[in-house]
Amino acid sequence: MASDLQSLGALGPILPEIAMAIAALVLLLVGVIFLKRENSAVLNWVAIAVMVVIAGYIGFFRGGGDAVLFNGGFINDEFSRLLKVLVIGASAFSLLMTLPSAREHGIAKFEYAVLMLLANVGMMLMISANDLMTLYVGLELQSLAFYVMAAMHRENAKATEAGLKYFVLGALASGLLLYGASLVYGFTGQTQLDQIAHAISMGSRSVGLIFGLVFLLAGVAFKIAAVPFHMWTPDVYEGAPTPVTAFFGTAPKVAAMALFIRIVTVSFGPIVHDWQQIVIFLSIASMVLASFAAIGQQGLKRMIAYSAIGHMGFALVGLSAGTANGVEGVIVYLAIYMTMTVGFFACLLSIKTKDGFVDNIADLAGLSRTRPFVAAMMAVMMFSYVGLPPLGGFFAKWQVFLAAIEAHLFVLAVIGVLMSAVSAFYYLRIVKTMYFDEPKHEFEVVPGGELTFAMAVSGFLIITYYLTVGSPLTAWAHVAAGSLF
Amino acid sequence: MISYWILSAITFVPLVGVVILLFISGRDAASENLARWIALVVSLLAFILSLVMWSRFDPTQSGFQFVENYQWIGSSIGYRMGVDGISVLLVVLAALMVPICVIASWNSVHTRVRDYMIVFLVIDTLMIGAFATLDLAMFYVFFEGTLIPMFLIIGIWGGARRIQASYKFFFYTFTGSVLMLLAIMAMYWQAGTTDISKLLTVHFPPGMQVWLWLAFFASFAVKLPMWPFHRWLPEAHVEAPTGGSVLLAAILLKFGGYGFLRFSLPMFPDASHQFANFMFVLSVAAIILTSLVALVQDDMKKLIAYSSVAHMGFVTIGIFSGTINGVQGAVFQMISHGLISGALFLTVGVVYDRMHTREIAAYGGLVHRMPRYAAVFMVFTMANIGLPGTSGFIGEFLTMIGAFQVSTWTVFGAMVGVILSASYALWLYRRMIFGVLSKDSLKGILDLNLQEKLILIPLLLLIIFFGFYPAPLLNATAASSHAIVAQYQAAVGPTPAIVKPAPAAAAPAPADAAK
Repeated sequence: MASDLQSLGALGPILPEIAMAIAALVLLLVGVIFLKRENSAVLNWVAIAVMVVIAGYIGFFRGGGDAVLFNGGFINDEFSRLLKVLVIGASAFSLLMTLPSAREHGIAKFEYAVLMLLANVGMMLMISANDLMTLYVGLELQSLAFYVMAAMHRENAKATEAGLKYFVLGALASGLLLYGASLVYGFTGQTQLDQIAHAISMGSRSVGLIFGLVFLLAGVAFKIAAVPFHMWTPDVYEGAPTPVTAFFGTAPKVAAMALFIRIVTVSFGPIVHDWQQIVIFLSIASMVLASFAAIGQQGLKRMIAYSAIGHMGFALVGLSAGTANGVEGVIVYLAIYMTMTVGFFACLLSIKTKDGFVDNIADLAGLSRTRPFVAAMMAVMMFSYVGLPPLGGFFAKWQVFLAAIEAHLFVLAVIGVLMSAVSAFYYLRIVKTMYFDEPKHEFEVVPGGELTFAMAVSGFLIITYYLTVGSPLTAWAHVAAGSLF
Repeated sequence: MISYWILSAITFVPLVGVVILLFISGRDAASENLARWIALVVSLLAFILSLVMWSRFDPTQSGFQFVENYQWIGSSIGYRMGVDGISVLLVVLAALMVPICVIASWNSVHTRVRDYMIVFLVIDTLMIGAFATLDLAMFYVFFEGTLIPMFLIIGIWGGARRIQASYKFFFYTFTGSVLMLLAIMAMYWQAGTTDISKLLTVHFPPGMQVWLWLAFFASFAVKLPMWPFHRWLPEAHVEAPTGGSVLLAAILLKFGGYGFLRFSLPMFPDASHQFANFMFVLSVAAIILTSLVALVQDDMKKLIAYSSVAHMGFVTIGIFSGTINGVQGAVFQMISHGLISGALFLTVGVVYDRMHTREIAAYGGLVHRMPRYAAVFMVFTMANIGLPGTSGFIGEFLTMIGAFQVSTWTVFGAMVGVILSASYALWLYRRMIFGVLSKDSLKGILDLNLQEKLILIPLLLLIIFFGFYPAPLLNATAASSHAIVAQYQAAVGPTPAIVKPAPAAAAPAPADAAK
């Protein structure tokens, strides 16, 4: 097959990925040659700058324009651009939030920024993958970076355990995904996503293909941590250093969900009803299990891990509809969820007592007296997680449930909203502890304006969502979702 | 033109106050005082704007006025404002109660004063917005948004069992409301819009109406509250600070009545007709049972809370009678109950601030030390009973006239409730005010101070004024009530007349009519 790349200029649409990869390699060289191990802040700032520039290029210059490259292996469309901007934005914020306390969390190493950039290349490839092989390459690139990041605090047994667990289970999931991919290839003769759809609509909806679909979705469900493939999440969230958890909780979810959306809508569009039931099951199981399991948690990070599982369930409500409106809902949901999670972790990272960073919910008692701003932002995030208007979280739920109602998935919708009422219980417990309980101990101030900046930005976006970003974001998501159908 | 922005201005002026308050960070007495003044001025400004709006309101039109209509998020949620005869008075009432609460809390709230004022201004915006918006999704945003400030008001400034009360309040209302959210979405897909003025003209298939009606019922029956969904209310009232109780009773409960009247009755007329008897049964049960429960309370706030449930029963009876008198009476009863129950919670707050107990047994013989207080309390007690000459009478009387054309048994049941309300209210008054002043703790209690007079006397005057001259309220609601009833009767057929309506039935009942 002849190459479709006749000149260097034809590489334009993949320029962001190339630039990100080069930046990672350059930073690696610089780090190895010039920097002592403990002095990593400079590299982090450079990495943030690189991300901002690349995200700007994608957002404002449409990343080189719509194109399909490498004989169909890579696609640059509106959907991929929007999600890449989200992923890079989340990564940049989580990198920013590591700065004030990197040393205490044992991640003040120059490799951190390099791994972050490499993970971003992987995620961008996942989002833009138009072929089962590109998809797998992207997925593995990001996963390998994640395994190392989770275990980066080598002296900490929990972090090492988290890294190992993540690696073993992640490898299993990758295996499932590969197995599914090979089945799909075997029964359709295609690896390119749109060609698979073509082959299916030509009449090859066989049992083997359905098996392949199930395995493929099981692998992806592991990556977004949907029940019943969620078991690793609480342990990894708890064990990994908090800034790394902040990263795991945001960008990878967006990237994996993008992959999920693209596979089911592009490749398996002709057999909507087959995958719809799988997605509905994943969605209900995630919402129900997470809502009840989180109630018993004492640790903030474990609680937020279950909350993440539940939120992926809510996002899947939109995808269950199998319509463009549903995908639009999922995109909006992810964007808002990401913002809330950035805000949550910025708050968490700035709460400290003389015994170190806080992880038990009970330790937040009386936070509103001594750190009113942090407590207020945390409360906003909690109310928004619940889905209370007029905060952003409500509009996220509005979009996905609107799509579910349109598709007449009434049972799913009723279970979903009732579960959001159940989940309110544990979110409100944090508000209650911060505002209604008497202080138990003194809180220290964590220096560094980065966290305040992250809190202020996410808080502003969540509170004023309706007035500021709501309209443009929904419009962009509408176009992005339209590019898949 | 003022009419293009006045509703947005009334709604969002309090938020400006919130932004200003955010910049006051001091914790000394001076900055606390500043916070109080800012909150007062800003909420008064909203109230004055709402009066301007009312003065420009044209009561002869039945449609929406001061309309603002913009497409906003996606194709679903718009930014739409507008009031008609049903909502214009509720906007004014909401705007009136917040400055009263701010004054009432002037000397009684000492912890986190700035935060207190912030949540009250936030809830001000949300309450006004809920009545003023013309977009169903935005209505939900405002309606549900009030949960956040109310949860905080009860939880932070509440009494001993505040946490349980705030949770109960939250979960009851939240669970009910999310089902309504799904119904709103279903309506959007059916009608293609969330514009209330357009939805009012859409005819939903009767099979669908039943489900939509039930979903809206789940939300409003909890909010109103109707028996047996009222369990959250007494606790929330008891534990909330005075200001919170006042807003809860005077405004937040009215969301339920407003919702039934704005959405359930005109948008789902077939289902409303089908469920009318069900509503009558629940309302009568509420009136009688909660009145009986109120009789045995030994906590004065709880007693008033139960009496609120009973009085809101008249609102639902009026609405679902589907007659002009009933609907007009329901709106009137909502306004009147807003004034009366707010005033009652304020009067109870007066002695609570002095004695820090809500137990009725801790009081007695207050008339000897607090004659002015006793006089004011008496007027509010009489209004609560529905004595002619107070606004409470007009509301109950009109709803019962309206319901009499549809179901005489309902009116009979409601009548029993009126008698019971006289018993518990008068008995409360006797136990607290009359008798011998024997308790040592009460010997030094002081009569009303200036700030308490400032809030109680206007309410007292309003209650008596509207009792003798209800025309300003009834005129404002007349055209819109006629429109709603006409639409309802067009869908379900004219009300079968059990009693032949008198020719002048629509005219306001004279206040001196015997009961």
